[in-house]
Order: sequence, then structure tokens, then C-alpha cells
Amino acid sequence: MDFDIIFGNAARAGLGPQAAIFALAAIGLNLHFGYAGLLNFGQVGFMMLGAYGTAIVVATWGGSLWLGIPFGLGLCVAFALALGIPTLRLRSDYFAITTIAAAEILRLLIRSSPATDITGGPFGLQAIANSFFDLNFLPDGRFGWGTFSYSSNQLWVMIVAWILVVLCSALVLALIRSPWGRVVRAIREDEDAVLSLGKNTVAYKLQALVIGGVIGGLAGVIDALQQSGVGSENFEPQVTFFAWAALILGGLATTVGPVVGAVLFWFLREGVESFIRELSEQGWLPNALADFLDGAEGAISVVLMGVGLVALMALRPQGIFGRRRSLHLGT
Amino acid sequence: MSNARSLRSVVALVAVAVLSLFLFGSAQAQDGEGEAFSGTLRFGGEPVEGVRISVVDAAGEAVGEAVTGADGRWRIELPGPGTYRATIDTDTLPEGVTLRDPERQTLEVTVTAGRSRPLIFALGEPVSRGPNVGEKLAQAVLNGVKFGLIIAMCAIGLSLIFGLTGLINFAHGELVTLGAILAWYFNADTFGAPLILAGVLAVVVAGAAGGGVEFSLLRPLRARRLGMFQFMVVTIGLSLLARHVMLLFFGPDRERYIDYALQAEWTFGPFAVTPRDFTIMALSAVILIGVAVFLQRARTGKAIRAVADNPELAESSGIDVDRVVLVVWVAGAALAAVGGVFFGSVEAVDWLMGFRLLLLMFAAVVLGGLGTAYGAMVGGLLIGLVTEVSTVWASPEIKAVFALGVLVLALLVRPQGILGQRERIG
Repeated sequence: MDFDIIFGNAARAGLGPQAAIFALAAIGLNLHFGYAGLLNFGQVGFMMLGAYGTAIVVATWGGSLWLGIPFGLGLCVAFALALGIPTLRLRSDYFAITTIAAAEILRLLIRSSPATDITGGPFGLQAIANSFFDLNFLPDGRFGWGTFSYSSNQLWVMIVAWILVVLCSALVLALIRSPWGRVVRAIREDEDAVLSLGKNTVAYKLQALVIGGVIGGLAGVIDALQQSGVGSENFEPQVTFFAWAALILGGLATTVGPVVGAVLFWFLREGVESFIRELSEQGWLPNALADFLDGAEGAISVVLMGVGLVALMALRPQGIFGRRRSLHLGT
Repeated sequence: MSNARSLRSVVALVAVAVLSLFLFGSAQAQDGEGEAFSGTLRFGGEPVEGVRISVVDAAGEAVGEAVTGADGRWRIELPGPGTYRATIDTDTLPEGVTLRDPERQTLEVTVTAGRSRPLIFALGEPVSRGPNVGEKLAQAVLNGVKFGLIIAMCAIGLSLIFGLTGLINFAHGELVTLGAILAWYFNADTFGAPLILAGVLAVVVAGAAGGGVEFSLLRPLRARRLGMFQFMVVTIGLSLLARHVMLLFFGPDRERYIDYALQAEWTFGPFAVTPRDFTIMALSAVILIGVAVFLQRARTGKAIRAVADNPELAESSGIDVDRVVLVVWVAGAALAAVGGVFFGSVEAVDWLMGFRLLLLMFAAVVLGGLGTAYGAMVGGLLIGLVTEVSTVWASPEIKAVFALGVLVLALLVRPQGILGQRERIG
């Protein structure tokens, strides 16, 4: 059992582009729920629109990537408005149900055969990120050492992704400290009180939904860039749950929570999967158990994630860095 | 090779040039060179001789006609490009030979310059054509009722648990899958029990699992006054956990039960239904009516409705709320498992079936009125009908999209749902 390999894989995943993508998605969710009290269970829909909007402009319509990214983010704004206007007046549990359903329905539409001409249907779209990698000023070759060895383009994606994470965290922090942020947080605590001050609470919630959704869309854009393509199987409802898990792990309504949570989430997930892979290759395990473990690391890590979520809620519901004060949000 | 290809393209170019000379010089097309219809009539592989085919132009003027030769071939020269209608004279067909599709006696075809278009008049036994819209609609309504009843049965527990405890159970779909998969283990995998016995066993186990989750996990957490959000996360955790445990043991493939897999359909007018599906529909209806009678008449049923209506008032009038919630968890999980066995029997069993169904259940309970059993029934039926009827016109892949359309419409017009009470929403 080689713990160096396990730890190395885990750390590589915790620093990798996937962690940055989840950090962005969780930053958006944090604005939605941690600050504005909106139970968005359809964050993956925003990611999907960001990714597919970009890819469709480039791969289907032959446009520029620099038009595609704003188009994808524009779709996120439209989705937020279409989702928010009918449902934000309702109670938060209705909003949760509508968002999860809307995101999955969107995915079914994107992968359906009538949409194949535009979205590539079940095959997705490829070769979209050339202009992004043309901007890469890093020299060719490998960087780093051992497990942490990256190609020039991998490093370029990671640098851009983590810079975006920092920028979005700063943006949300600035927003939350602004007068706008005070109103939004007040709505989370007591919407009736804010209404009585003459504030249009639905408009504020809608703005929060749009901003958090666009940050989620940015996560999707980075995902599309780092794979240089999109596929509908990357946007299953599970992704939203994983982003929530990352956010809860790090702590709601904190600035670093979503980022730390995403890093931890990928560190733990890859660590568990590596551990199981290593374990299944050990000679001393009974054959039946080794066969069972072989190739099952993905499912087992999700099982453990489920156990972890239940245990976290039972033992430390505010998350690792969360404050107990923000426990009864959105109830 | 490339020489041959370029030679061929030179020949083609010359041919096009010659043809356009004919066209623009308004020269009469020579036999075998201009626009034409042609074809070969065959019946059972043998050529058919002596059949008259006539062609008229777009204005209805006769252009030409031909009679098939001994080899079944025919050819009619056309005056130029354009749209023509070719008609086969069925009176000249030999005795016992008919068009396969009587509506294709006249073909309307557009011919481009210089092209000879082959036309096919298919001869042979008339094949039954696809059902018309009315028949499709009737069948879709039947399927809609079938799936609607199943969705309704699955969704009752979801709705009642919400009504009683304010909990949105994201793991409810996994109870459906659990029922279906357990029944498969008992029926097809190891034990080979008849499906009815396997189903009953699966429902019992799933009901116990639902009760176990409530008793050992959710009740203690409720006592600690966790918020709604924390409970949602707990059920999401349970859902991920249960789904992937089932993936580990059941695998990613779709499986079918051994019993009742292939059956001849009964037809009633425009409706066609297998005895299996008919039985499932009848059983579902009986179970739903049974649930309604139970809620209306039985002591526990009345207690359930009382707690759903106002938990504090119910508790202060001496109802044991914890016991009522436990009963609803056991019964709701058992009903979901019944739905799972039925669904697995109608379609197939796989580890994601319940999660896919969960979105339709959500749509059903919101549509019918979150928190009420009757709302789940009405909403389930409606969602089943909408999704299936949409397949008459739209691709079946996107039938769930229509369920969401109805959901959004309902939220806009009547957010409390069809049977919901006004004060339930914020």
C-alpha cells in the first residue's frame, strides 16, 4: 500500500481544475443560499448553460470563443430570470423542487435527438478551446515534479481557473459588504421585515439568483475549456449535490468556505478512490473482496460521501468553518 | 487512380454541358437522354407486363404514358424539368395483384434538369400502416393512465411525509428502486420466487427500511430541531448512499423480471393492453382507492390527515405524532416499492429508475398540492397523462419536459396546487 501515491493523487485532485470548477459553482451557491437564502438545487443547469452556450457558438455556429463565453453567461442570466420570476415569490421548498427539475429537464432537452444539430445531442461538442490555449504564454514542456507534473496547457487552465475563483470570491465579498448585500442578508433573516421597509425583495432575490447563476455558468465555461468540449453526461443532477457537499463541508455564508470545501471535497474523493484502487491490488485481500472493489471505487466514494453528508448534518450541521449562527437559514 | 477519377469528372462535365445545350437550345430530348420517369414493376420477384402508367404535368396536361414490357420495365420521357404526377392504372394490373399502399397510386415527383427519376409502384399484399393520430392518442392516454397511477402511488409517501414533517425527501426515489431491485433478486436472480411473492417480500422489506430510516435517524434529528435545509441535505446524503450501494450490488445494467415478460395484447377498440399492464392498472387503482378509504375512515388515517393539517393542534388533542409519522414512513415506503415493482415489470429494473422518477414525483406533488395524499394522486395521474400524450407529437426523449411545463404553469396560476390549501405557500 503506497500512501505517497494515494496522498499525491488526492492533493493533485484538490488543486486541479475540477476543484476550481466546483469552487466556482459553490461560490455561486453560497451567494444563493448562504447569503440570500435561495435553495438552488439546479446549479448544474447554470454550469451546463455556460458550457454549452460557449461550445455552441464556437463549434456549431463557427463563432469566436470570446463571443461564446458572453453568450453562455447570457444564457445563465436568461435561465435565472425564467426560473426566478415564476418561483421566487413562492416558499423556498417550491423553489428547490423547481430548480432541480428545471436543470434536469434542460439536460434532457440538450441531449435529445431533435437538438442534435445544435448541441451534438448525446455526442456533445468538441474542439472549442483553441483560442483559449492560443493565449497560453507559458512555454511548452512539463512543469512541476512527480505527481504534480503538469503540461503547459494544464497549468494554464489551472492558473486561469484559480484566478477566477479568487476574483469571484472577492466579488461576492464586496457585494455582501455593500448596502445591496445587507438587504440580501436581511431578506434571508426576515423577508417580511425587509418588505415593510419598502424594499422589493423579489427583485433583490432575483439579482442574487442571476449573479450566483452567472458564477455557476463561469464554472461551466472553465469545464468546457479544460476538456475542450462539452457532453451532457457531465451535467447530471448529482453535480449540484456534489457542489452542495463541497459548500457544506467548507461552511455556508463564509468567504473561504466554498473554496476550502471544494479543495477538501476533491482531495477526499480522489483520496478515497486511490485508496480503494490500491487496496484492491493488495495480494492479502480475499479474492471475492478484491473483485468487488475492483472498478467500484467511484461508487464507493459516493457512498462514503452520502454517509459523510448525513454524519456532518447530525454532528456538525454548520460545516467545518461554518458558524452555528447561520444554522437555521431558509427555514 | 487519380487519373481515372479526373477522367470521370471530365466526362461528367461534358455530359452536363451537352445536356444544358439541349435544354437551352430547347431541343427535344432524345430517347434516353432527357428528363424521364422510369421503373420496373415486380410482383413477388416476377416482372409484371401490360400495366399502363400515365404522367400529367403540373397543369394537368397529359405528358405521356407507357405500358410495361415483358421485363416489367417502363419509361416515360418528360418535356423538361418540373413537377409531374405519375399514375398507375390499377385496372390494368393482372388478377390478384394490388398496390401495397392504395394511396400511392399517384406519385407527385419533381424532376431536375437532365435527370431520369426512377419511380417505385410497390405491388404486393397491403401492409398495415402505422396507427393514425386518433389511435396513437388512445394508446397514449392508456399509457398515461398506467404510468400516472404508478407515479401517484410512488408520490403519496413523498407528499404525506412533507405534509407531516415539512421534509422534502430526496431519497424517495431510492425507495422505488429498492422495491424494484429487491423483487428482481427474489424473482430473477437467486431465489426464483414467483414475481407476486417476490414483490410482496420486496414491499415488506422496503417498508421496513423506510420505517427504519425514520425511527433511527430522522426522529432523533427532529428532536434536535435541525432546520429544513439540514434535513434536505440528510436526505440527499441518504439518496447518494442508497443509490450507489444499489449500483455496487446490482450493477449498471437494465434487468427484467422473469414472469410476465412477454404477453400477447388484449385489444379493446383503439386500446391495446397486455394482461400484465391491465392487472397493474387495476391493482394500482384498487390500492389508491384503498389508501383514500383508509385516510377517510380509519382512525390512523384520520390522525394522518389531522397531523398534516396542523401538527401542533393534532399533538395537543392527544395524537401521537411520532407514531403517525412512523406509520406514514412505513406505508409511504411500501407504496413506493409497489410502484417500483410495477414500474420494473412494465419497463425494466435499473439502479437509476427511482431517481429519474423522482423528478416526475416532484412535479406530481407540486401540481396536485404539496402535503396532501389526494393531491399526489391527482397530480400523478395528470403528469402521467401529459408525459405520455406528448409522445404522440413530440419525441419520447423529451416527454419529461412537458411535465415541467405543466409544473411551471401550475406554479404561475395556482401555486398551492390543484388540491392544496392557500396558506401552505409563503
